[in-house]
Amino acid sequence: MILKKIFEKLKPTFSKGGKLGMFSSTFEAFESFVFVPDTVAKRKGSHVHDCIDSKRTMSVVIIALMPAMLFGMWNAGYQHFLSTGEAVSFIDTFFYGFLKVLPLIVVSYVVGLAIEFASAQIRGHEVNEGYLVTGMLIPLIMPVDVPLWILTLAVIFAVVIGKEIFGGTGMNIWNPALLARAFVFFAYPSKISGDKIWIAGLENAQSVADGFSGATPLSYAAANEIDKLPDTVNMFLGIMPGSIGETSTVAILLGAAVLIFTGIASWKIMVSTAVGALFVGFLANTFGGTPYLEMPAWQHLLMGGFAFGAVFMATDPVTSSQTEAGKWIYGFLIGVVAIVIRLFNPGFPEGMMMAILLMNTFAPLIDHCVVQSNVKKRLKRKSVI
Amino acid sequence: MLKVIKLKRGLDIKLKGEPEKIFGAAEKPVKYALKPTDFIGITPKLVVQEGDRVKVGSPLFFDKNKPEIKFVSPVSGTVSAVNRGEKRKLLSIVVTSDASDDYIKHDVGDFEKMSREQIINIILESGTFPFFIQRPYGIIANPADTPKAIFVSCFDSSPLAVDYDFAMQYDAEYLKKGISVLTKLTNGNVNLGISKKMLNSTIFNTEFLDAKNVVITAFSGKHPSGNVGVQISRVNPVNKGDTVWTVKLQHVVMLGKLFEKGIYDASKVVVLAGSRIERPCYFRVLAGAPVSIFANQIKRESEKENRIISGSVLSGVQISEDDYLGFYDDQICIIPEGNYNELFGWANPLRINKFSMSRSYFSWIMPDKKYDLDTNYNGSERAFIMNGQYEKVLPMDIYPVYLLKAIIAGDIDKMEQLGIYEVIEEDLALCEFVCTSKINVQEILRSGINIMIKEMNG
Repeated sequence: MILKKIFEKLKPTFSKGGKLGMFSSTFEAFESFVFVPDTVAKRKGSHVHDCIDSKRTMSVVIIALMPAMLFGMWNAGYQHFLSTGEAVSFIDTFFYGFLKVLPLIVVSYVVGLAIEFASAQIRGHEVNEGYLVTGMLIPLIMPVDVPLWILTLAVIFAVVIGKEIFGGTGMNIWNPALLARAFVFFAYPSKISGDKIWIAGLENAQSVADGFSGATPLSYAAANEIDKLPDTVNMFLGIMPGSIGETSTVAILLGAAVLIFTGIASWKIMVSTAVGALFVGFLANTFGGTPYLEMPAWQHLLMGGFAFGAVFMATDPVTSSQTEAGKWIYGFLIGVVAIVIRLFNPGFPEGMMMAILLMNTFAPLIDHCVVQSNVKKRLKRKSVI
Repeated sequence: MLKVIKLKRGLDIKLKGEPEKIFGAAEKPVKYALKPTDFIGITPKLVVQEGDRVKVGSPLFFDKNKPEIKFVSPVSGTVSAVNRGEKRKLLSIVVTSDASDDYIKHDVGDFEKMSREQIINIILESGTFPFFIQRPYGIIANPADTPKAIFVSCFDSSPLAVDYDFAMQYDAEYLKKGISVLTKLTNGNVNLGISKKMLNSTIFNTEFLDAKNVVITAFSGKHPSGNVGVQISRVNPVNKGDTVWTVKLQHVVMLGKLFEKGIYDASKVVVLAGSRIERPCYFRVLAGAPVSIFANQIKRESEKENRIISGSVLSGVQISEDDYLGFYDDQICIIPEGNYNELFGWANPLRINKFSMSRSYFSWIMPDKKYDLDTNYNGSERAFIMNGQYEKVLPMDIYPVYLLKAIIAGDIDKMEQLGIYEVIEEDLALCEFVCTSKINVQEILRSGINIMIKEMNG
């Protein structure tokens, strides 16, 4: 137990009043990372506690993100070599993508955690574990070639404006990871739209393989070129251009299975989001008009960031609806809004980000209505004598 | 027709050290204590001093605000100590028993012919009125109120609890009598909540308990189905302005004895349970008995500390080994303290000796495994991040997180609207157990109830 001794030795220095007392939150974060604290139940209250904690919860979400991340790394390499027309081994493909994605993840964590630690310290709070998930989500919803300085700005924006000014973890209104993407989307539109940005190295490429465009399925669809969409199997597997983690529906569904099985994310939100999307999709199919409107509704679920958004973004427990009835409404409306934006908005090919951020904004209102109906029921209840 | 209510939400925590269904023999204690701290919201005023002789049923103190509510000695003997804490707060009054069973006799006659007022007077005089707890707030009832109903839960679903079907086997007649007394105290019904498993019970079957103005409801489901608060919410919920009274089952028996024999007979059945007990089983003791009589039953190891709890592991109070059984408790649980650091505990994929409702661990693989849980928090306190977690273990039509947030914000209107009148600590105890963020739910709830009491009386 050398570790234990080290921590015990350092503790007085880092406690309030100690020489390095200003880093007490940081110390607590590291100590509780290594050791589960020896805190025991109070004299009155529950004397036993479930062994789940915030660290465990976040770890499970990270595990659920692994398939999407690993596939994203491979796909980044695959799409790159597809664009150059080179034929390389599986290992090389993955390794290329790995080297492209890793810096994004590192930058996201280093910048984000630095702000989290600093603000926890300023407030005198503990460091919350929420950023462990946000920090992984942010790179996965970026195009692979996003410059690191833009990513840095996006992370700063997301953590400071998205979270800390509201009071930190648990108090934020919008999903911080999506805010990071929204920041890039509006501040640097050229870096997150168009056909060239989704493939590593394509923008500055010397030569491009014949017939390769780099366009995502959504941009084909928005241009009503439905015949150019990848086949369903490839879309389902995720072998297509797109943000790093969003392309593979299979990998995302694996993550969804982990989240639903462990009960950490709400299956109600995932299901109702899909139902909302299909609802608008079928309406569009029914009335038709353009090839995009007539595209089978279920294909929407495979394209763009829909699956990733529904599984990992919409279900964020802090920014989603908190009531069970509210979750159905919230998810359904996300699906509806996302597809409406896709189909009817000429400006943005993808609607998932907007839809989730919009419904994040309305989630408290939905909850208010649900809770209010409970309150009314209570008031109306007649006394039985 | 008996109504069976199925509760889907809840959680059974299976702990090691469940009591065996036998009565153990404990040494006969010499000292008993009555602890004013067991009674929430009263201001105790002593009527005895050290050295005074008391009988069984002699008042030791009363409530300054309602002097008619008296708190009496469970044994006859001499007041041997009056223990006070900070600011002279009265902690306990210790009576050394003379083993003579010198009772104060009350003239009970035939209660069937008495008015409600006469019955209440006997109850007040005999010192048994503190048995009546009112909802809202979970405090001692006001004798001037007439409750819209009285509720008695006939089973305890909490971990390591007393099985009343076994414990009450010799007290059936007194129980029946006690219930008839209760019917005289309300204009509404006396509601008994039994578990579905008790439908075949000899004591708690409907034929035995059926009486005028008695309604029996069966509940099936996990803990907290046995909590009287949960039962009230399903049968006849507490609305604003309503008052219902609740009485613990063993106290109903004591009331039965009072109106049968004219004396305060404080004997009750308790379980001594938990993983730190050599042989967990039932005991018959008097209210206020000292824990020291069980000293030889406690497992002792030098490197492992024990926690002694009067009440359930989910909402009881920690007491020391020289302390006494709580007035309302019929459980003494002893579990290990959890004052150790666990290396990378949260990252351990299995953590086989810890229990979690969540499937992020593997407790779900072994639903019947019994756990030796300790008092460790298993994590550190964090911001509210999860949602939908509390609702899974609360079978009431209440939004617990919203209620707690209203309490933290001190918003009295919201607290009222969100149902603070319907719950007390034990109802939300499981929320505290399952909480990812390790929030002290019960403490917050009590602070909210205290705000409400202050608001309503001030």
